[in-house]
Amino acid sequence: MWNRLNLSTNAHCRTFRKLILLIGALFAAIQAAAQSTPLISGGAGLLTNTNGGSTSYLTTVMPLLAAPLGSHVLVEGRATLLEDFFPKGGGESGYAHIHYVALTYMQLNYLASSHTTIVAGEYLTPFGSYNERLTPIWIGNFQDPPLSYGLGVGTGSSVGGMLRGSAVSTPDYSVDYAAYYSAASSNQNFSSQNSWGGRSSIYMPQKRLELGASFARVTSGEKANNVGVHAWWEPANSSFKLRSEFDHGTHSQGYWMEADYRLSRFGGPDTAIGRLEPVFRWQQIFRNSPDPSDGLPSAGMREVDAGLDYHLPHEVRINTSYSRQLSSTVNRNVWQTGIVYRFLFPAWRSK
Amino acid sequence: MTRECKYFAIGMLWIAALPLLAQAGGSPSSGDSSPGVTKPDHPSAAHQSDGERKFTQNCGRCHMPPESFSPHISGTIVLHMRVRASLSKKDEEDILRFLNP
Repeated sequence: MWNRLNLSTNAHCRTFRKLILLIGALFAAIQAAAQSTPLISGGAGLLTNTNGGSTSYLTTVMPLLAAPLGSHVLVEGRATLLEDFFPKGGGESGYAHIHYVALTYMQLNYLASSHTTIVAGEYLTPFGSYNERLTPIWIGNFQDPPLSYGLGVGTGSSVGGMLRGSAVSTPDYSVDYAAYYSAASSNQNFSSQNSWGGRSSIYMPQKRLELGASFARVTSGEKANNVGVHAWWEPANSSFKLRSEFDHGTHSQGYWMEADYRLSRFGGPDTAIGRLEPVFRWQQIFRNSPDPSDGLPSAGMREVDAGLDYHLPHEVRINTSYSRQLSSTVNRNVWQTGIVYRFLFPAWRSK
Repeated sequence: MTRECKYFAIGMLWIAALPLLAQAGGSPSSGDSSPGVTKPDHPSAAHQSDGERKFTQNCGRCHMPPESFSPHISGTIVLHMRVRASLSKKDEEDILRFLNP
């Protein structure tokens, strides 16, 4: 995932200003109700990645701040801080390192009605199922997102406005929606494309089945349409999860299927066996023409990922995985390990 | 059979086997669905089950519940989840009642 980020250190001043804004919002919420103290959540991790024989080490923290302003407004933002140590290469020995600090998103949510929330600011682009739901380091089963992750979401975030909410919610089904408009922005921290689109999904709680469809139209530069469909199934009374998504864009299309099963059936979730969680992902991307700007692999590629996660007490998880990448240009093995800690606490001590 | 086909076949077998394994036994332990936070003492059974069911179905679809958290942030957590998981106001209230009765 990290090599797809636009790493830069020149943006630190602007990032700092945005952090100040966020902290200001936090203190504005200091009069919050007893249950609505602002919170800090997120994950911290130490990760290793051995790709084609070259090993890199990465430390990262992804804090999220959520601060209610009254009962109708919520300000939230997520930042990424990381330090990446990687071999110098080019015949040189030793390691080089880069650091990266940026806001992933910062948005203001106005809960206009029971079924509508108005969002303004920089927000995660609501396309597909991965970007909004599985990118936090403490949630995702694998370190890297799917090969087709960039399809429809671009840089991952949009700048502008969004309407979202629950259209209908009954015991038998619920339908949610999100519609957005994003302005073009070349600001290093608020980088986004001029685009619009949305997503809707239906969830059937009896069957534990979710089906969704997404659309995004990019109107800056080369105009392009992206469509995506996703299906998630988590059978009742089970720790099994099956997630899948197919995305189609102008220059490429791809799909991924991910399955995991926490072995908590064997003695409970707190036993040595019950803490294990085998994970598996199969994915493929097809290229019909090159596009160096979309952040996707330059050639068609297949990848199989198999891993084993171990859930330690106190919100600590150990992730291990092996991936085999197969493409027309190179076949290689990727080994990844990591230890991730999830944190969740009030921003300050409440009375 | 090429190596790629072998990977694909192993993957498909793995995906096919997991649901069978998952549904083979009895009910899961309570630890799977419990948020591990303050338990409701007095709310009606209907509200309790509604809130717990909605918590499991909506929040648990993406992530494990936290082991514990301060009751001072339960409202913020649910407000955040209302935006992130597109919950209705009713869903938000039911989940909050379950987390912080």
